[in-house]
Amino acid sequence: MRLENLEGESMNVSSSKVLRNVLREEAFYFFTSIGNYTGQSASSLEEFLQKVKDIDLKSLEFHLFREDFEKWVSQTLGDNKLPEEIRVLRAQKVVGNALRDRLYFVVSRRLKELKSVPSTR
Amino acid sequence: MVRGNQSQRKGSGGMKSRSQVATLDDLDWQILRLLQENAKQTYSEIGSKLGVAHSTVYDRIQKMEEHGFIKKYEAVVDAEKIGIGHITAHITITTDPKETENIAKKLTRFSQALEVSTSFSELIVVIAKVIAKDQGELHTFIAKSVAPLPGVLRIRTAIVTKNYKEERLSLPFGENASRKKE
Repeated sequence: MRLENLEGESMNVSSSKVLRNVLREEAFYFFTSIGNYTGQSASSLEEFLQKVKDIDLKSLEFHLFREDFEKWVSQTLGDNKLPEEIRVLRAQKVVGNALRDRLYFVVSRRLKELKSVPSTR
Repeated sequence: MVRGNQSQRKGSGGMKSRSQVATLDDLDWQILRLLQENAKQTYSEIGSKLGVAHSTVYDRIQKMEEHGFIKKYEAVVDAEKIGIGHITAHITITTDPKETENIAKKLTRFSQALEVSTSFSELIVVIAKVIAKDQGELHTFIAKSVAPLPGVLRIRTAIVTKNYKEERLSLPFGENASRKKE
């Protein structure tokens, strides 16, 4: 029982870190190609999900190919699970609207999972 | 050669001061043109080309440096030959008008930015010429250092593929070369 509580608390700290808003310098900036910034950025995983819905498909493909999504989610937000799922999309060479749909699906599923962790407070 | 209201013999005067505003005379212009062709020329070489003493050339150059007509001397490096292959790009940053000046000033602090200017077209933009080791480094610079600047609305980047002409400001030969002394 004690162990379960400790695990729950640890997971909660971790999920709140992943769900936090990051600083402007740490946000994800959407580009369509080298140096071409769309003007869209995301400061949290929640905002990232919203951007995935409407951002230019070229941007999604550009960043997926460069592994930028995985890097941002793991290195900046600190989540290790979602990058694995994004990596699968790249391995399967998913492009176009299918990429948008599947990326939206894996991110929203992970978001739901992280939010479902009970708060200790 | 005129300085203030006093006539002077060729070579000794040069820039005239009218209400503390320095201007150039014909000899100054000719010296500047020769320096632009080759800044390593000696005072004697310049003097012999223009038919004046090397001390005159020295004096004129000193004064032009003091007054800021000559800003600096620099070596134009061939990056490929010295083995630091690099790429050049022109970036156009669409800005929030309130932040345009701040963005331009912040960009000047980066060593990657060789030139930074502002422009008014349909939108207010900041234009910069930047260099980087490769495309990856260029993208990282823009993504990590430029895009996050407050007021950046969009960035368009054009990577230079080939240069057909690249020169510094050339002094006009026709008009000013024939400009006469007052």
